[in-house]
Amino acid sequence: MASPARQPIRIFGKGPWSLLPAQTWSVLTDLFLFAGGLAFFYGILVLARSWFGPFNPHVEISRDASHLPLYAAYSLLRIAIAYVLSLAFTLVYGYIAAYNARAERIMVPLLDIFQSIPVLSFLPGVMLAMVALFPHRQLGVELGAILLIFTGQVWNMAFSFYSSLKSIPRDMREAAKIAGFSWYQRFVQLELPYSAIGLVWNSMMSVAGGWFFLMACEMFVLGSNDFRLPGLGSYLQTAAGAGDTQAIVWGIATMIAVIVLIDQIVWRPVIAWSEKFKVEQVESSDAPRSWFLDLMQSSRLLVRFRKRVLHPVRERLSLHFASQHISGEASPPQPWKVWLGRIIAALAMLAVIYASVRAIGMMTELGRSEYRQIAEGAMATFGRVLIALLLGSLWTIPVGVAIGFSPRLARIAQPLAQIAASVPATALFPVVLLLLIRIGGGLGLGSVVLLLLGTQWYILFNVIAGAMAIPTDLKEAAALFKFNSGQRWRRLILPGIFPYLVTGLVTASGGAWNASIVAEYFRLKDHTYTTLGLGATISRATDSGNFPLLLASTVMMALVVVMVNRLVWRRMYRLASSRYTLDI
Amino acid sequence: MPDVIIQARGVEKYYTQPDGNRIEVIAPTDLEVLPAQIVALLGPSGSGKSTLLRILTGLSKPSAGHVLWHGQTMDGQIPNVSIVFQSFALFPWLTVLDNVEAPLVARSVGAVERHKRALRMIDTVGLDGFETAYPKELSGGMKQRVGFARALVVEPEVLFMDEPFSALDVLTAENLRSELLELWLSKKMPTKAIFIVTHNIEEAVLLADRVIVLGRNPARVRADFRIDIPHYRDRKAPRFLAYVDYIYKILTRPMEVAEAPGKSVAMSGDGQPRERTKFQMLPHARPGGIAGFLELLVDRSGRDDLYKLAEQLSMDADDLLPIVEAAELLGFAVLREGDVEITPDGRTFAEADIQSQKAIFREAALKHVAILRLIENTLHAKRDHAIGEEFFRDILDEHFSAGEMERQFETVLNWGRYAEIFDYDSESGRLFHREDSDVLPVKEEA
Repeated sequence: MASPARQPIRIFGKGPWSLLPAQTWSVLTDLFLFAGGLAFFYGILVLARSWFGPFNPHVEISRDASHLPLYAAYSLLRIAIAYVLSLAFTLVYGYIAAYNARAERIMVPLLDIFQSIPVLSFLPGVMLAMVALFPHRQLGVELGAILLIFTGQVWNMAFSFYSSLKSIPRDMREAAKIAGFSWYQRFVQLELPYSAIGLVWNSMMSVAGGWFFLMACEMFVLGSNDFRLPGLGSYLQTAAGAGDTQAIVWGIATMIAVIVLIDQIVWRPVIAWSEKFKVEQVESSDAPRSWFLDLMQSSRLLVRFRKRVLHPVRERLSLHFASQHISGEASPPQPWKVWLGRIIAALAMLAVIYASVRAIGMMTELGRSEYRQIAEGAMATFGRVLIALLLGSLWTIPVGVAIGFSPRLARIAQPLAQIAASVPATALFPVVLLLLIRIGGGLGLGSVVLLLLGTQWYILFNVIAGAMAIPTDLKEAAALFKFNSGQRWRRLILPGIFPYLVTGLVTASGGAWNASIVAEYFRLKDHTYTTLGLGATISRATDSGNFPLLLASTVMMALVVVMVNRLVWRRMYRLASSRYTLDI
Repeated sequence: MPDVIIQARGVEKYYTQPDGNRIEVIAPTDLEVLPAQIVALLGPSGSGKSTLLRILTGLSKPSAGHVLWHGQTMDGQIPNVSIVFQSFALFPWLTVLDNVEAPLVARSVGAVERHKRALRMIDTVGLDGFETAYPKELSGGMKQRVGFARALVVEPEVLFMDEPFSALDVLTAENLRSELLELWLSKKMPTKAIFIVTHNIEEAVLLADRVIVLGRNPARVRADFRIDIPHYRDRKAPRFLAYVDYIYKILTRPMEVAEAPGKSVAMSGDGQPRERTKFQMLPHARPGGIAGFLELLVDRSGRDDLYKLAEQLSMDADDLLPIVEAAELLGFAVLREGDVEITPDGRTFAEADIQSQKAIFREAALKHVAILRLIENTLHAKRDHAIGEEFFRDILDEHFSAGEMERQFETVLNWGRYAEIFDYDSESGRLFHREDSDVLPVKEEA
């Protein structure tokens, strides 16, 4: 329990609310839950009707603010479905990678590669495939968007789950083994709880990334096809295209409201709840709390549901798997299963070989001038990413350190920064671009601003965390030795925040490469703004349906990202963890 | 013997290196767990005690040999045994009650029955009232009580314990030990035998009916004898101290084994001298610790019983023995019959000032420690007087298992840097000569 002095501010329970008796509260909570459930089902129905409706190549996006709730619901549902898919994939992939030594050798490096591929360049391929699959239904485009978000958010979750599984302490594993846990019991009582915290944090990051991609892919042009999905992203693009300031403000306000709401009723409760999965010897004094979680836990409806439904089901499952485990212990591995596995592996291998041969064939179609364009573009984008990182560091390091050193400032600035950071940069792109055009700047510099918009927050939050982690006694020692401000920065602050800064820069650099695809090439109304860059090459190839160029430029970007990771960031990490760690 | 519960026949553990070189961790070993006995497996740290315990439970497969359960060869886990872990290994997200119930769930015990049995066991270990608490709300001693309850709730045939008291403070450990003994002696504990792994000599003598002493590198049984003092035992009694002294003697004298004070059951011997490896295994002691120990020895007129010294310093044998071994290796002390005696060299070393201490240490180290001599010679021979650490790691790697190699290298670094035989740059991983090197990395003011 938190000590009374550090009680978090709770919206309910104190103040005028406490005039209501507790009984009334839990009835109100139940009513609220009931209404929430009703609204949810209604929403699903409405969406399903649209999904299974006929394919409409020219969905008109209304700029009327009254459509915003529906658009927000559409976008949210896409994110939610993609997230559920990602979670399911994560559990399966992580499990196999962690327990099958042979698969592990392929699956883990594969994660690294997939993480480096710019997701947005998948867009055309995925879209075309899905539309071909459901040619007469809106479903195809929807599935394309969902799959795209899925590929954007799944890898870090899978990696987190895999590494959690690998780092379960040996003693805990042995305790489960010697007690004879079935795989189900091991999963729910050891593996899932142990990976819960990592999964929760990575889920939050993934969903934030999901918004980024969703905003970009709700409205785009591929060759002669104009794909539009009703949603917040398409609303903002339409509003910016029309120069409708009022609609832009409404759209951004809705976006912020949705994100704050999700934070309050999904992530905060989940974080507070997942606190119990922390592997710690002593209870931490200020554990995160959530008013929504408290509210839910006071609901009699939910308590009853847990007791009557959840518990019996769980009990049944555990006993079922336990008895199966005990009786089926000595069964030898069936030979047909082994063979099936081998056949599948062989087929997969053949498919990979075939696809890569075809891909290489495709890339040889390109002429020298196109390759030169790719190489020049890569250099230009590289420079832009570098400048964005530099500019980002220049303002975030002093600001982040100031916030991290002053608890008073942190209380005010951190929530604000969190809200600002949670707005997906792609949602702001059309707006910022509109401003840039009015000022008269070209996209060459403008795209740097756009990259900065998406990536500076990673650096800021890490710098704040790093500054907060510098021990007080080191600060006191610096004060005692009368360090001047130069010495303070060189000897104390910069080395202290270094590991955090590296983490922030790695994430920011990955994000910047990905964002370059939308930042260097932009269609607003009937005008296309573009500049030299690899991202622009990818987008232009997408736009004109030039698949060989798209493939080659995507491969180039993945290569550059992997190279930079290997040659620069990994070394920085090693330096950070060997020389600049604070734990001795 | 029909009533042997678990028997290990010629179990062995080794790792094969890529070049085919075998690093043996456990030499072929015979062991048995008999009913109505507390067996203590005693040995220095890193001797493979825990590995042996895991082989006996079936958690780990031996590289060769068999484990038998009631005369039956077992391929996997032994049915119905439990382990109490040094780290408690509780599931932090489960309440005390859920933790204790977990093994029963695995055995398909229904909710009502499970509840009853778990509550009874929680009551037995004295934790009633804490059923709904989470492990992190409990003190170390209480956590280990949960560990005991979880292990005992399935009524295991053999209760295995892997250094169960090592993570606890002295008083809590003592309290838990006596309660464990009480449960066992009053037959409130539904197990037929207890097998405890420990490095604490007094703990072994206090609890065990039979003590098995393990030697190191590779692990092999050095002695296996009964402790016939009736429970509860008095730590100050001469017979108790005689056993403690005897075990010290075994642990410090690799070659000869003295006669046990009681009747010796088996003396699986170390009669033949160990084949001499080119690089001896260094005891993991720090130069400062060696100097401090020798100074204490000078104060105690240059000779004393090891167990008395351990008591005086309130140190475990596990912490003291490496220091004593190091002093002996460097020729600063000799061991006689469980006594340690300072040599004239040792006395000079102990009484010298800091700078001369380093010089004396250097001379002794170069004389007695083969790997340091090799480093010194290699550095002299190289033109730039510097060499990567990998060279020496590879050499050590041929003699020791991976974990032990790391510890050996760390000790080599410690000794060599203290003696100023070489300097070491951890970032580039290079060893170099201090004065005459021209590769001394210029560091910014750190």
